[in-house]
Amino acid sequence: MKKELKVPRIKDGTVIDHITAGNAVKVLHILGIPKGTSSIVSVAMNVKSELGKKDIVKVENRELDPHEVNKIALIAPKATINFIRDYEVAKKHKVKLPDEIVGIVSCSNPTCVSNAKEPVKSRFKIISKDPPRIKCYYCEREPEDIADRII
Amino acid sequence: MSFFLIQMNFKGKDIISIKDFSKKEINHILSYAQEMVPYALGEKYKNILNGKVLSSLFFEPSTRTRLSFESSMNRLGGRVIGFSDPSGTSQKKGESLADTIRMADSYSDAIVIRHPHEGAARLAAEFANAPVLNAGDGAGRHPTQCLLDLFTIRSEKKRIKNKDIVLLGDLKYGRTVHSLAYALALYGAKLTFVSPTSLKMPNEVINECKELGVEPTQTSNLEKAIKDEDVLYVTRIQKERFPDAEEYNRVVGAYKIDNNLLKNGKENLIVMHPLPRVTEIDPEIDSTHHAIYFKQAFNGVPVRMALLSLVTGGRL
Repeated sequence: MKKELKVPRIKDGTVIDHITAGNAVKVLHILGIPKGTSSIVSVAMNVKSELGKKDIVKVENRELDPHEVNKIALIAPKATINFIRDYEVAKKHKVKLPDEIVGIVSCSNPTCVSNAKEPVKSRFKIISKDPPRIKCYYCEREPEDIADRII
Repeated sequence: MSFFLIQMNFKGKDIISIKDFSKKEINHILSYAQEMVPYALGEKYKNILNGKVLSSLFFEPSTRTRLSFESSMNRLGGRVIGFSDPSGTSQKKGESLADTIRMADSYSDAIVIRHPHEGAARLAAEFANAPVLNAGDGAGRHPTQCLLDLFTIRSEKKRIKNKDIVLLGDLKYGRTVHSLAYALALYGAKLTFVSPTSLKMPNEVINECKELGVEPTQTSNLEKAIKDEDVLYVTRIQKERFPDAEEYNRVVGAYKIDNNLLKNGKENLIVMHPLPRVTEIDPEIDSTHHAIYFKQAFNGVPVRMALLSLVTGGRL
């Protein structure tokens, strides 16, 4: 079968590949893109791959901070980050969840203090990386529906 | 105070969750609390907290926890400021908890807080330089209750390891039983959880016990469960934690501790309860040697004296 590129190759920038199908928009949301960037951003969803369907995000002329991108492992634990320089993959690594995430997911407990009108951001400790499991720093509750709780 | 306790350096430490402490640290708090008993009884007197001020911020009702904290501070020569009803404070005007804490922090050397929101004490600790002691956060944690429960079992049964302990009642919503189950498992107690089916211990807590090497037994049959037990820890079915009244009405009164029931247990079985009780323990038990709950409530004083002394740096 002839391979066909759904989204054109980029000269320089970042390609986030192997995003869990359907989660590309949430990934952009977590990364705060396109806010704060004038780069061209291309999104491909439900792309066929050897392991089933996946989403892909390409950000031109900008190498995202891998530390920041790691946060997407919450909803796309198999994603890879590729830095492209002059059409070639200069660096590639798998996302890895940090030990703590701040201000990304809201607590599922309605009476958690992080959901009250207090000057704090939600804060979760990562208790398992694959599958991702998180525990609220404040009330110690574990939300099960992480993807639905992205702020 | 022993040299080792000083070495452990609790000064400035927040008391938010029992899980923040190692078994070694808990042991030392309990041993120091034992030294505090004659001071808690008023038999001995020492002004070790002279000049220290405690902010006592109770956003929810409390009898034992608030009074025993205040008694502890007073017994050691310290002073207490604060409130037991937030309606007379700036919270009513919409002030954030964070701002209330910043203010209390500037007025005192330690802060004790009870609040309806889970995680409130953890938040308070972020905004205060002074040590924060959690006196109960919503349906969350209540570490000083847990410590006084451990202190009581250790005092009455000499040790906690391998003791057969039943936790009874509302194991789903109960504030004290989750952290108590964890702490008892940490000590290697043998645990049996007895509750109506709808109020079973959450899996999260059972898994924590298993991770600590304790496999709890679960049942709804109290008569059989107490047969070979050393401790029967009773909790109230708390109406205020139920999402709907119908569910509450179905389970309230499911268990009643009376002389007839205790005939099924060992002669030296002790009955504990964090109080307040409503109907779950018949007053006929009060005068028997099984009843430890009033002594348990008193034990809140030496335990809280030990904690206040440790975190503010005043020592016996």
